[in-house]
Amino acid sequence: MIQEIDYFAIAAPLTLALFAGLVLVLDAFLPARPRVRPALGLVTLAGVLVALGFVVAQAVRGGSALSTFCVPPGLNAPGGGCSYVVDRFTLILAGLVLVAAVVVVLMSMTELARGDIPVGEWYFLLLCTLVGAVTLPASRDLIMLVVALELVSLPVFALTALKRYDGRSSEAAVKLFLVSVVSTAVMLFGVSLLYGIGGSVFLDRLGAVLGGEAAAPGRPGAGASDLGASVLGASVLGASDLGTSVLGAEHGLPGVVTVGVVLVVAGFAFKIAAVPFHAWAADVYQGAPIPVAALLSVISKAAGFAGLILVLVTALPGQAGAWVPIVAILSALTMTAGNLLAMRQRSAVRLLAWSSVAQSGYILAPLAVAPAGTGAGASVAYLVMYAAMNLGAFAVVMLVSRVARRNELDDYRGLAFRSPVAALALAFCLLCLAGLPPGLAGLFAKIVVFREIVDGGAGWLAVVMAVNTVIGLYYYVAWTARLFVPVTAIGGAVREGAAQAVVAPRSAPAVWAAIGVAVAVAVLFSAAPQLVLDLTTVT
Amino acid sequence: MGWVSVALIAVPLAGAVALLVAPGALRPVLRIYGPIVSGVTLVLAVVMLAAFDHGQAARPQFAVDQPWIPGLSLRFHLGVDGISLPLVVLTALLTFLCFAYLGWGGGRRPGQLLSARPGGARPRALVFTLLVLEVGMIGTFLALDLLLFFVFFEIVLVPMYFLIAVWGGEGRRRAAVKFILYTLLGSVIMLLGLLLVWAQTGTLDIVALGDAHGAGMPRAVQVLAFAAIGIGLAVKTPMWPLHTWLPDAHTEAPTVGSVLLAGVLLKMGTYGFARIAIPILPEGAVAVAPWLGALAVVGIVYGALACLAQRDLKRMIAYSSVGHMGFVLLGFATLTTVGINGALFANVAHGLITGLLFFVAGGIKDRYHTGDMPSLGGGMLATLPHLGAVLTFAAIASLGLPGLAGFWGEMLALLGAFQPGGGLPRGLFLTFMVIGGLGAVLTAAYFLVMLSRVTHGVPSVPAGPAVPAGAAVPTAPTVPAVPAGPGPAPVTTGAGGDAVVSGMGSDAVATGAGAGAGFDERAAAVSATAEVTGDAAGWETPDERPVQPLETQPEQARSPGRDDGSPAAGMLDVQRYELVAWVPLIVLTLLFGLWPKLLLSLTTPAVQNLLGALS
Repeated sequence: MIQEIDYFAIAAPLTLALFAGLVLVLDAFLPARPRVRPALGLVTLAGVLVALGFVVAQAVRGGSALSTFCVPPGLNAPGGGCSYVVDRFTLILAGLVLVAAVVVVLMSMTELARGDIPVGEWYFLLLCTLVGAVTLPASRDLIMLVVALELVSLPVFALTALKRYDGRSSEAAVKLFLVSVVSTAVMLFGVSLLYGIGGSVFLDRLGAVLGGEAAAPGRPGAGASDLGASVLGASVLGASDLGTSVLGAEHGLPGVVTVGVVLVVAGFAFKIAAVPFHAWAADVYQGAPIPVAALLSVISKAAGFAGLILVLVTALPGQAGAWVPIVAILSALTMTAGNLLAMRQRSAVRLLAWSSVAQSGYILAPLAVAPAGTGAGASVAYLVMYAAMNLGAFAVVMLVSRVARRNELDDYRGLAFRSPVAALALAFCLLCLAGLPPGLAGLFAKIVVFREIVDGGAGWLAVVMAVNTVIGLYYYVAWTARLFVPVTAIGGAVREGAAQAVVAPRSAPAVWAAIGVAVAVAVLFSAAPQLVLDLTTVT
Repeated sequence: MGWVSVALIAVPLAGAVALLVAPGALRPVLRIYGPIVSGVTLVLAVVMLAAFDHGQAARPQFAVDQPWIPGLSLRFHLGVDGISLPLVVLTALLTFLCFAYLGWGGGRRPGQLLSARPGGARPRALVFTLLVLEVGMIGTFLALDLLLFFVFFEIVLVPMYFLIAVWGGEGRRRAAVKFILYTLLGSVIMLLGLLLVWAQTGTLDIVALGDAHGAGMPRAVQVLAFAAIGIGLAVKTPMWPLHTWLPDAHTEAPTVGSVLLAGVLLKMGTYGFARIAIPILPEGAVAVAPWLGALAVVGIVYGALACLAQRDLKRMIAYSSVGHMGFVLLGFATLTTVGINGALFANVAHGLITGLLFFVAGGIKDRYHTGDMPSLGGGMLATLPHLGAVLTFAAIASLGLPGLAGFWGEMLALLGAFQPGGGLPRGLFLTFMVIGGLGAVLTAAYFLVMLSRVTHGVPSVPAGPAVPAGAAVPTAPTVPAVPAGPGPAPVTTGAGGDAVVSGMGSDAVATGAGAGAGFDERAAAVSATAEVTGDAAGWETPDERPVQPLETQPEQARSPGRDDGSPAAGMLDVQRYELVAWVPLIVLTLLFGLWPKLLLSLTTPAVQNLLGALS
């Protein structure tokens, strides 16, 4: 069999992969001069921008979704299917990942300027992660999904550990490695169960089987009459009731489907740091270099959510009765645990780590009430806005970390007097995360989620989220207030040396560019949230 | 004419943005910049008042209706009717008066936070904060879209937080955090209620929803939505038992913060009842009204009793706000034209009178460096006759003397309770009326007690007549001349008062030094002396205070303190910058007191419209 490959469809990940190779080659053959470090960064940046250009071109092209790596119908499964589909959902998430990558690369250029991290390897690994993150939302079969997800995760262990001779960093890498491997194993188990029942790896085909619209192959007694009965059952029940009533027994699907669903959800829950698989977040974020922490909290998380949404909405809508309550409870626990843990933090990065766990809970919430697909739209909208504001906060934290090694919240006291622009940027991003004006992006993101929940009738989840919003506000505002407290007014608490240093724009142009990009996007979303909503409502 | 509505929001916003964009150019003119921007806003508000078609007071005028976020069906829909117009003008006026208070004359007096002083007064940030606050306040009253209302409702939180946390008193951090957490919890619950309304009706348009009078929403949903929205608004109002953030916030806020908090922010809560909760959810309102009324009268009595127990002037006024807002809520709970009219009238009157009271209390605190009533020592009418007179006027207006603005609103609210509408149980509301009437008597009692403590009586200390008024300006150059004894006297009283109130600062040395840092111009002198005398006096203050702390101080330490230390000698009577801010409030209080029809004619048609089927 000869497959036709649509190279335009896979242009973005292909570009990134080629640039990854190029960076490695350049690093090997260019002389080790100080100028090479930023040059490699610029090459990486160019790769990301070219890939972004392809994504934009695909988006502008319009028309029907591009698809490639297709199996013709009747070859080995009825109906056939495509493994790689570029539709609206794919484009939004790929665009999100690549814009976030621009910010992360800019932050990396500053991080690498110190010289204790090998440059070529860093950018190579970074680009590999991006290949995975761009491929993942386009994946439409289970194998591709798992491979892409591993491609996102594996380079990140190495990136975390690249800060050599640093105990914390090594510990973080090992933790991340163990957690990730366990989660992959759990997910693979679930995936294999689903494949075993559905007899196909393609998500839409699985959806048909698990939703009772098509007969499960290889099941004893599966025949035309049974198929007819199940279709009849579905039509009698009506589409809206499908979610709650179609469980294994009714259509003769074995109960093990539920096990498979739960295992797959658990595997993704590890990736997005949802409770009870959240414990790794703070240590890993703190140990990793800050650009990697930003990458984990935005790109890696976006990839995890993309996979989760794809599996739940495309493959498992028929099993909604099994996963909706699980996701709802996970969401409530995640936001509560994240917020409560964040309140106790003194380190800026740890606080952001727990806050991003809490934000994961908010992103999960709409999935738990509206399995029909609008919920996924709200989740993606929140994810897009969250990415902008969280990256902005990380960029400023990165800037401050250059003068305050320990990077505790007290180091931010009086930042408004030393570096007003940085302080305003951070304040804006934190208020966005808290969801208060002037951070309208965060406010509207929360309203979108609340609307979805209230509309879906999950009042208890809305109340839990409301309380969590208030808890979250406590630590965001406490941090914001620190920025504007003059250092002189706190007497003995003045930290000697580092905190007093002026953070000059000249010293780290790349980070300032990163802050500029992230905050500009956040401001844009605040003024015109419709941009995001337009993109995400149709999914 | 829709541009007026937009301009009312755009002008302060543009003013704030300009401060952010061109800080250098505006720094020298900062003192007049705030008054100019808010003055333009006030002029716009007056234009609106003049051009308002009084014959059509029930309908929204100056309307603007543009789509903003179609994905959320959120429209940029602004407009005013008879209910919101007085509040818009009140907001513009109070903000302007606050700026005038801050910037008039040399701007060097203690209450005028715009002057440069060691430790960083950050005038630019203050002007910025107040302008953003104004955007949120005016926007709330103009918004005719549920989510837009919510957005503006939220905008005020952060500026007010910083106003308290940066420019506030000793316990400011705690008070500010309490304020923002409480009010955010309230507004998030309100958001859930608003979204519930949206989910049921599919529109966010307040005008359309108000005209529908709850059609299309089952009773159970209406009750639930009313409860959720009501809780959100009640936190802001504040209604007993959700009021506990208020006394702390008021006590710690700077003068202008207290004025705007009492004068405008509380009104946002009550306005929400008139604009959203009652017209959109009438059945919910009927179901919840008895509870609302009950909590309102509890608030009236509780506020009055709490006031009787207060020692701090600002805290007492804060609790009096709880009582006054109780009358407003009782008016709403009656669901009658009379009651709601009274509530809206009391709303505006409270904004004027309590704004004035907080201005005066701030002036007193700046002069005496304490708001503790026993420490003020009485006899203010003798020592500072004009200030004492204004305080007396404001207190009497607040207690509801007929002929002043405070009377009509409370009277009408109680009258509404005599014959409640909407099929509410009459006996219950008669009881509320009686209890509310008793509360009004208690209100008179605590204000009179306050006056007898502060303005009347013999001044406990001879006011330093030898010092000519002009020479004793307590600015930095005179400070080093303060002898060792007097400086700490006010400082330790302040610290002791704090210890009584908040249970903190048992270490006299530490609190003395902390207080010194607060009064920047005297910090140098105090830091040396506070450790000596602060130590000696500090040990006994917590126990001695309830008796009469000033008398326990050694005579020789006290009298020179009164002579050329800060309190008495530096105390000037009402200053020009204060007069500028206070006179309009006094005039309006008199005007509305003598001619209540001015306001009632505006609100009556709108109230009849909003009650719809209930009346």
